Amino acid sequence: MTTLHDPDQASRGDAPFALAPARVHEAEGRGRRAFALFQAARHPGPLFWVLPAHVPELPLPAGLPEGVAERLHLLRPASEIDLLWSVEEALRATPVGLVIAEPQKPLSLTAGRRLQLAAEAGGTTGLMLIRDGAGSNAAETRWNCDAMAGPPDSTLHRWSLRKNKKGTLGAWVLNWNGATAAFDLVSEAGERHEPAQPPL
Amino acid sequence: MALADARAICPDLATRPADQARQGAALASLRRWAGRYAPMVAGDGADGLIADISGVAHLFGGEPALRDDLHARLARAGLTAVSAIAGSRGAAHALARHGGGIVPEGALTEHLGKLPVSALRIDHATAGALARAGLGRIADLIAQPRAPLARRFGPGLVLRLDQLLGHQPEPVAAAAEKPHFSVRMTLPDPIGLQGDVMAALMRLLDRLCEKLAAHHRGARRVRLEMRRVDRGSVQVEVGLARPMRDPARIAALFAKGVQAIDAGFGIDALRLMATATEPLAPEQTGGGSTIRHKDALADLLSRLGNRIGFDRVLRLLPADSDIPERSFIIAPAAYSAPAPFAPRGGPPRPIALFPPEPVAAVSGHPPARFRWRRMGFTTLRALGPERIAPEWWLDDPAWRSGLRDYWRIETREGPRLWLFHTPQVPGAARGRAWYVQGEFA
Repeated sequence: MTTLHDPDQASRGDAPFALAPARVHEAEGRGRRAFALFQAARHPGPLFWVLPAHVPELPLPAGLPEGVAERLHLLRPASEIDLLWSVEEALRATPVGLVIAEPQKPLSLTAGRRLQLAAEAGGTTGLMLIRDGAGSNAAETRWNCDAMAGPPDSTLHRWSLRKNKKGTLGAWVLNWNGATAAFDLVSEAGERHEPAQPPL
Repeated sequence: MALADARAICPDLATRPADQARQGAALASLRRWAGRYAPMVAGDGADGLIADISGVAHLFGGEPALRDDLHARLARAGLTAVSAIAGSRGAAHALARHGGGIVPEGALTEHLGKLPVSALRIDHATAGALARAGLGRIADLIAQPRAPLARRFGPGLVLRLDQLLGHQPEPVAAAAEKPHFSVRMTLPDPIGLQGDVMAALMRLLDRLCEKLAAHHRGARRVRLEMRRVDRGSVQVEVGLARPMRDPARIAALFAKGVQAIDAGFGIDALRLMATATEPLAPEQTGGGSTIRHKDALADLLSRLGNRIGFDRVLRLLPADSDIPERSFIIAPAAYSAPAPFAPRGGPPRPIALFPPEPVAAVSGHPPARFRWRRMGFTTLRALGPERIAPEWWLDDPAWRSGLRDYWRIETREGPRLWLFHTPQVPGAARGRAWYVQGEFA
């Protein structure tokens, strides 16, 4: 069982934001694209971004984290059915590192479960960027992501884990500039969601 | 005769512009057909064919019978042709363009002597010079001493004369046939089950892929045509994300299309062709995980492209431009290779870019407060401006408003936006000319 306090996950250095492998996760909120790119920088291998054809927001390679633009494949299906089909196919393929999709409608339980099965079959991680409140019950974790105003020379994000099938919830404020995979956790005074680490 | 003269003589004359490409294609197909008479057939100018029938004529019952057979078949196809058989290529060429006929062995001089010198494949100027010298016929040339002839008219004339008389060999060099990647299969009894069609397809694919492998090529598009017993036909076409010739992987792509066809009363003939091929060098088989991953990714792109369209499976490629919209190219992934982007540098760029959206209720410069997408924002910090000038050599309608001053605006509400201002637009000072074009991480 994988939990957020799993020692081997913590040793990878990107806890607490590591997504459980071979599962489909969800992210909502205005900052969900930033969260997706943060995860893209952390997953090696080809990346697939399934973006409906009518969505005007395109990723700008000059602004993406290093090494993401070369690996990124954009799929622009015309309909929601094609979108779900593409996500399922991409999840089922073994060499793919991360599949990011922006479904426009809430996923049905059947669709959500199918995607989980495809992710398990291919061993690929998926991340659905959903509208607020359009989550599926089948999702492994659900993140709420927002950009936050902060002091000069900082790029703060507030990422909170709203649903977790195999672990605890939490909320973090971090400083991530969007250029590399490195980030700093910012402790917010008076709000601690984790037990304090024992002094080393 | 000039077209104007012809029109003056016959006002009702129907004319068509010459279509060189289609003429060439028609001649090429006629050349393929003419292969039934000789192993070596080549094009001869824009309007002729030359065949080397050495040792072939007796199969058709002699040279006159062969020529009669050729004319009869061409006439049946509705073609009017002139042909000649002679001991040398030059002689056959000359005679075919001056009446045609058969020159018996060893009688070249008698038969061709009466032809004009222009039959010798020489240029117009040389023919004119010969005519001025009083040498109008080939017989006159043969009688002349060769050294003065070569000195005065160049060695080309003597060469053509020697080729005509057979002193100088001139082989018929037939161009190699282009490989034709198409296989077919006819069945004694019609089939209608999906499994049967797939089995037949597998057999055809094995043969097609062998053929592709022999020519070191891989298919990019494969079409399966099936003829039904009621003379109808159905076809399934698949595209491949990269050239390949692996039967099992191509067959997997056909499965969905074959499922959807209407077999009617049954299918009794199948034809499989690779409509687009690309060079594909032999590869090491059973490679490591890298090759397997590359293959699996290509298969995924093929599957995706065949369902949602290859123009919707895209990849980002770098482009050399400072204009944000043109700093990258979105290209079909199946027809492009990944290219590395330059490392990040210079002013920060947003993660998402969209067509400019005007902001409302702007106050201040840079805006201290504004509304965008029905949300109010208050500026916390503004970084800029970064001035980007339009590319004058490209007329982009979106950039007709002139220069743009880009600002990174951090709002109190959280979002970090990429706004620009167009100072060259009249009325820009009144705060009308602010747009949002991107959002930072």
